[in-house]
Order: sequence, then structure tokens, then C-alpha cells
Amino acid sequence: MATETPPPSKTQARLPSTEEFVAEQESAEFGELRRSHRSFAFPLTVGFIAWYLLYVLLSNFADDFMGTKLFGNINVALVLGLAQFLTTFLIAWWYSRHAATKLDPKAEAIKSRMEGDA
Amino acid sequence: MSIAQQTVLAAGEASEHRTLIITLFSVFVAATLVITIWAGRQTKDAADFYAGGRQFTAFQNGLAVSGDYMSAASFLGIAGAISLAGYDGFLYSIGFLVAWLVALLLVAEPLRNSGRYTMGDVLAYRMRQRPVRTAAGTSTIVVSIFYLLAQMAGAGVLVSLLLGITSDAGKIGIVALVGVLMIVYVTIGGMKGTTWVQMVKAVLLIAGALLLTFLVLLKFNFNISDLLGKAADNSGKGSAFLEPGLKYGLTSTSKLDFISLGIALVLGTAGLPHILIRFYTVPTAKAARKSVNWAIGLIGAFYLMTLALGFGAAALIKPDEIIASNKAGNTAAPLLALHLGGVDSNWGAILLASISAVAFATILAVVAGLTLASSSSFAHDIYANVIKKGEATEKQELRAARWATVAIGAVSICLGALARDLNVAGLVALAFAVAASANLPTILYSLFWKRFTTQGALWSIYGGLVTAVGLVLFSPVVSGKETSMFPDADFHWFPLENPGIISIPVGFLLGILGTYLSKEEPDKGKYAELEVRSLTGTGAH
Repeated sequence: MATETPPPSKTQARLPSTEEFVAEQESAEFGELRRSHRSFAFPLTVGFIAWYLLYVLLSNFADDFMGTKLFGNINVALVLGLAQFLTTFLIAWWYSRHAATKLDPKAEAIKSRMEGDA
Repeated sequence: MSIAQQTVLAAGEASEHRTLIITLFSVFVAATLVITIWAGRQTKDAADFYAGGRQFTAFQNGLAVSGDYMSAASFLGIAGAISLAGYDGFLYSIGFLVAWLVALLLVAEPLRNSGRYTMGDVLAYRMRQRPVRTAAGTSTIVVSIFYLLAQMAGAGVLVSLLLGITSDAGKIGIVALVGVLMIVYVTIGGMKGTTWVQMVKAVLLIAGALLLTFLVLLKFNFNISDLLGKAADNSGKGSAFLEPGLKYGLTSTSKLDFISLGIALVLGTAGLPHILIRFYTVPTAKAARKSVNWAIGLIGAFYLMTLALGFGAAALIKPDEIIASNKAGNTAAPLLALHLGGVDSNWGAILLASISAVAFATILAVVAGLTLASSSSFAHDIYANVIKKGEATEKQELRAARWATVAIGAVSICLGALARDLNVAGLVALAFAVAASANLPTILYSLFWKRFTTQGALWSIYGGLVTAVGLVLFSPVVSGKETSMFPDADFHWFPLENPGIISIPVGFLLGILGTYLSKEEPDKGKYAELEVRSLTGTGAH
């Protein structure tokens, strides 16, 4: 699993100064990384919490709807509950793909530049 | 369980199975002690003790995270709740699972990149160290103790039911044994030993659940509709058993309570200190992300299995028998094992013993994880950074951590002995509510809100903590009801059992209020460090 990540060394890499961190924070490259994370993670978080709360409210106040049998003894409530599992797995996969393709390369470029600057 | 005859297992089968259960459990304890001693020999510095040397792989840590998360409350509690309340028992597992997305999207990676050993590292990063570390340490210890108390009390209940030990002395003895073992695991093995114990336990628990699920489905020729139909019939409640509402749909108060519980569950996980410190055991943020993904997969699969176990127990065992064994249904899973193997056969006895031993192993491992979280926070946040003002040597700090472990172990033995007959379900949900009210707002504001200040952090942590704990104190969990901790007293005025719906917004609002009302300016340089570091891993330990 961790084969692609180099083992951490006990000796720390060079730690940039506060001024360098401030400069980096204000740079366009970092701004792009921050936007890329926030514009993906924040709306998605609001979305899955709203979807979960909708499910909680339906369980509470929509008894007839939730009890509707779809096939055999399988009703809407069970299908919606299992749908929460499914969306959780899908969102985890989707975020991880976004992070691997959009966030990691940017983050690694900044990290190696900042730690490399002697 | 004052009347021994009430407990079917204790009265009948248990005594015959006792030797087998004890043998299997002793094997687990012996194996984990060997692992602990081996891990202890490799534990040399603080990074080893607190973070297992940061050398675990994403899969190993994912397994250990699952081990930490799948407590006895999930395995026994959820299966039991489904077996008695049907669909409403399932609602718990959905909240417990969806909660992981908050950890994945917002917390795990930034925490791994910017912290070192404890949750307090991140909370105090850009703030004045001493007050915020004190607050973070306090809320870590309070959350962990509530969680710990539930596990210890659960151990007592389980043992009395499965081994037929009903005397007070016997129960206290078991609680003390659990306490001593957890002190040994943590002081000797540190995070390295605890992580391996979690992994072993997770594998055992998943294997046990898989086996039972397979046997249940086999009984119904893998026809899930048949299984559900039989469960509904056997429960005596008909199709209502498969719909929401049996447990929470009675009154508008119980409906509100359910919403409150739902919010606490979904926001609590990302604020649980014993879960958060697990992300320090892997080398990078990327590995932390992958370990959350493994955990989501494993925990999700496990909860799906508890669904089969709960409905399986409802279908195969008369509800009276489940209730007679434990009113809350906590022994439904072991009972199911007995029935699946055959009540009077050796297979039944062996299955029952194996599942019971797995349940003990679960309690022991979770308790060790909680103890480590609270003693780490005491030593690193409070002792090293507050009492010694950052001047303690690593050796002194580790000695403090080990003594703190002994102290926390002793405290939880005493509390666990006192709490052995209390209703424990509320305590776990309370731990989630306190974590979501006191910890999560400050974690999120620290990482993502530029203007956030020390005063905002303190108001949010203490305000969330006091509101959550205070409301519970005056709720039916503590007094006024038959199921309360003090059923004979009544000083409750807060109608809900879970305080989340009030205390979580209070925690978030106080963070904003404290920030806008504070005179000091936020430390811009420190925020630049934290933000760049949390997103890129620059300078991460």
C-alpha cells in the first residue's frame, strides 16, 4: 500500500521560514491548490450531509412512503438505507480520484520546491 | 441482572461453554501480550510511543482504524438493536458510516500534515499554546473517558451474561482485569503495540461476522426477502418491523431525539481523539487518505453484515429469548451463533464461545486505543506544553505518558465498577455528541478560517463541552426514567437523551462569537504555516 510513498526519514527536511510560508500562501500556485480542494470538498460535504439529513427526516416523518414495498419484503426504507452506503462508497472513491489527479501533483510540487530551497 | 435465572445463557448453556470461552479468550490475551512485548522492544522514542514510528502502511492502519471504531457497541449493540427494534437499529450504522466522509474530505489529511502526536497539536497550532492545549487536553480526556466508561460497563454486562458471573465481586473483578490488561498494552506496547492489537482484533471480528452472515444467508438460501419476511413474522410486529419508527417514531420528542442523535453521529467521528491520532501512524497524508478509504470499505461491509445478523437473530430466535438474555438485545449476536450451530450440539457451543471471545477481544482493543489517546494528550498537551512550558525532555514526557496511562486505567476501573449496572448506550452517543460539539468546530475553523482566534477556540471548546455534558446531566439519561443512571431521582428538565441538536450549533456559534469579540488579531504568519503545511505536507513530521 505505502510502497509508492518513500519512508519518512528521522532527519527532518529543511523547514521553511514563516516569511516563506506567508509568501507561498499568497502565491498563485498555492491559491490554485486551495481552490481546487475547497471547491470540491466543501460543496460535496454540504451535499452528503443534506442527503443524510433528508434520509433521517424521511425516516421520521414519511412512514407510509418508507414502508412502500418494492419487491418481496424489500421496502423503500431499506433501499434508501442501502443507498446511503452506496453513496458513501462512491463519494469516497470520487474524492480520492480528485485528490490523486488534481491535488497531489500540485501539493508535491510546492512541497519539494519549499523543502528543497536551501 | 439481579435475577440470575433471567439470563438464559447464564443459567443454562453458559456454564458448559465457560471453559471454552475462557480458553479462547486466554489465547487471544496471550497472543496480544506477545505482540505487545515485541512492540515494546521496538519502542524507543516519542514518535514510536505516540505514533507507532509512523511506519504503518495505509492498509494496516485502515484495519486498525476499523478495529478502533467497531466497538462492542457496534457489534453487539447494533445487531441487538436490529434484532429487537428492526429497521430503527439499522439507522445507527448509517450515521456511523456516513460520518467517515467528514473525516476523509476535511480532517484526515490536513491533520496528518500539520500535527505530530495529538489532536491538540492541530487545535493549538496557530493559537496561544497553553490555554488551547489545556482545553484540547481536557476535551480529549472527557470524550475518551465517556467512551471508556461505556466499554468497561459493557465488558461487565457481557461477562456476566456469557460466563454466568452474576455476583458483584465477579463483575468488578472482570472490569479490573480489563483495566489491568489495557494498562499493560499501552505502557509497554505504546501506539505500535496497540495498533497491532487493533489489527488482530479487526481481522477476528470481520471473520466472525462473515462466518455468521454466511450461515444466516445459507439458512434462507441467500433469499434476503425471505429472511426479512421471517424476521417480521417472528418479531410479532409484522411489516412495521421493517420500517422506521418502532423505536423513535412514538412521540414528537422521540422524533426530535432521533434527529439529534443523527446529527451527533454524523459529525462526531471526525472529532474523536482516539480515531484522529491513528492518522499519525502512517508516513504521509496520502497514506492517511488511503487508510480512511480502507476503513470506509471495511466498516461499511461490517455494518452490512450486522444487518444480516440482526435480522437473522430476529428471524431465528424468539424475541422473548433475546430480551430474557439482555433487555437491550446486547447478546443477540452470541445467541444467534448458538442457534446457528445448533442449541444442543458441539458446533453451537464452539460458535458461541468463538463469537463471545471475539466480543471480549473487541472491548479490550477499543479500551486500549482510548487509554492511549487520553494519556498521550495528557503527557504531550498538558504535561509537556502547559506544565513544563515546552521544556520537558522526551524521556520525561514519555514517563508522564506511562504514569498517565496507569492513572487513567485506575480511574476507569473505579468508574467502570460503579457503572457496571448502568445503561451504557447513552454514553457512547454522548461521546459522539461531545466530540462534535467541542472538537470538530475548532478543528474546522483552525484549518479553514483565516480570522479564527485563541478566544474563539476556547469559547468553542469549553462552550461545546459544557453545553453537551450539562444537557446530558439534566436529561433522562441521568435521571427521571426507569432506564436512567439514577432511576430513583428526578432532576431532568431537558427532554432529549442526545444533546447534539443544541450543543453542536452552540459549539460552532461560540467559535464565531469568540472570534469576533476578541481583541487580539489572529497570527497571520502561523496561519500561513498551518494552511500551506496542511495542504502540501511541507515540513510534516
